[in-house]
Amino acid sequence: MAPSTAPAPTLLRPRDADELGLRRALGDRMLPLLVAAMAFLAILALAGALAAAQLAGRWQGGAGSTITVQVPRADAPAPPAADGPSQTRLDRVLAALKIDSSVADVRQLGQAELADMLRPWLGTAGETLSVPLPAVLAVRLVHPEQDVSALAERLDAASPGTLTESSGLWVRRLAALARSLQACAWLALLMVSLVAGAVVMVATRAGLAARRESIEIIHGLGATDGYIAGRFARRATTLAAIGGLTGAVASLPVLLVLAVLAAPFTEASGPARPGLDMASPMALLHALPLALWVALPCLPLASALLGFITTQATVRQWLRQLP
Amino acid sequence: MVRLEEVGLRYGPLSAKDGPAAEILHDISFAVPEGGFRWLQGPSGAGKSSLLRLLHLAVRPARGRMRLMGTDVGAAPREALPPLRRRIGMVFQDFRLLPHLSAFDNAALPLRIAGRSEGDIRADVSEMLRWVGLGDRAFARPAQLSGGEQQRVAIARAVVGRPALLLADEPTGNLDDAQAERLMGLLGELNRLGTTIIVATHNDTLVERHPAPSIHIEHGRLVRDGA
Repeated sequence: MAPSTAPAPTLLRPRDADELGLRRALGDRMLPLLVAAMAFLAILALAGALAAAQLAGRWQGGAGSTITVQVPRADAPAPPAADGPSQTRLDRVLAALKIDSSVADVRQLGQAELADMLRPWLGTAGETLSVPLPAVLAVRLVHPEQDVSALAERLDAASPGTLTESSGLWVRRLAALARSLQACAWLALLMVSLVAGAVVMVATRAGLAARRESIEIIHGLGATDGYIAGRFARRATTLAAIGGLTGAVASLPVLLVLAVLAAPFTEASGPARPGLDMASPMALLHALPLALWVALPCLPLASALLGFITTQATVRQWLRQLP
Repeated sequence: MVRLEEVGLRYGPLSAKDGPAAEILHDISFAVPEGGFRWLQGPSGAGKSSLLRLLHLAVRPARGRMRLMGTDVGAAPREALPPLRRRIGMVFQDFRLLPHLSAFDNAALPLRIAGRSEGDIRADVSEMLRWVGLGDRAFARPAQLSGGEQQRVAIARAVVGRPALLLADEPTGNLDDAQAERLMGLLGELNRLGTTIIVATHNDTLVERHPAPSIHIEHGRLVRDGA
């Protein structure tokens, strides 16, 4: 008779006693790998949803409620009015805006702001440009949704050649696009979660098929559905948590690189930034929105919860075939 | 303890279009009082193992009425069966040990499922393995044990929880005469302590040496209840 080869025999039950042989039936490679891939995709989808929400909010809250008025040759005298003092073209437009009931606020952009606006096209040359620039007025309307054509006609009459541009329509279109992208990202997150659940379910079913005889023996000895499902769930939960952790760790550098690339577009208006300083821990900490920093550690927990619930449901449903 | 009234058994159809499977036990009626002992006899294929599966609650009766330890098995909800199974010990003809567990862990399964403390389990299982002569083989896995040793592990697993009802399917099939007599001594002792026992066997010599009432079935029908 061959001698026993059990390592370090002890009668005390190990804490991770594996009565159903699930270490082999639910292997420690494929399931964590697949869950890690799903977790990776999930965090990217979540990042996409957050970015789209941020853009939609910025576009709607910023440019959407303002219109831009350009007054060429701002310092030139305006056509003489019948009943008023002589004014520059800019003064005439400002006066017309001030008495217009649809206007809530008017602000003239300074040279630095104009240079910022031109920087994407002209670089620093915008600051020393010798070409005369029109005066640019940022006008906030009482009702952002209103049609500005009547106002444009009044301003053009006040100072011929004045251009009134409403970015509202385009901002609304961009915001709608951003909301659609956001919805797609949430949908992707939902799909990824469903696929992850399906992966866990398929793995659990494969484990059930592989351990059918052992399960029947344990069942015959009086084990409840909860006892058997608990053994499967413990294993699957551990593997799913490992997968979630792996996915979260793997996604972090990708998120940071994306954050660096997106920084110039998501920064508040002001001097354009060349990018984040990847070497600075504080800069890295601020590179991602708080919601993502919260989501990253939640990913292994969510994966574990998904693994637990899916496995419990799958095993309990399978056990119904036994008397 | 055990009461069957016109019980029929059929296994489920392989698929819906196959229709109902043929009945393999027909109109079985007998009773075994608490603390009773019955031999279950009959030719191969008569339905002895199916009757033991029925009594072990591995299947439910297709018709008739079966009461085990006061519970109407046909009418009981599914959740009521696991506690009942924990009061039944079963020695299978093919042992049905878990191959990845040691002899000790196999024998300890019923106690662990019942939630007993590890201290109790350690004492009871060690004692039981010593009693079946496997005290020094506690850490061997089934593949490392002979057929007789595996059968003794299966016996240890069946009786370690001191079941109210013990069912055994050819429990001496792989034992030599001395071991078989030793097993019968254990069964007799359990029986005296109040365990109801039903043993299916082909071993007429064993039955003659240990006379007790006998249930005979043939072709799935009860032909004699020697109670």
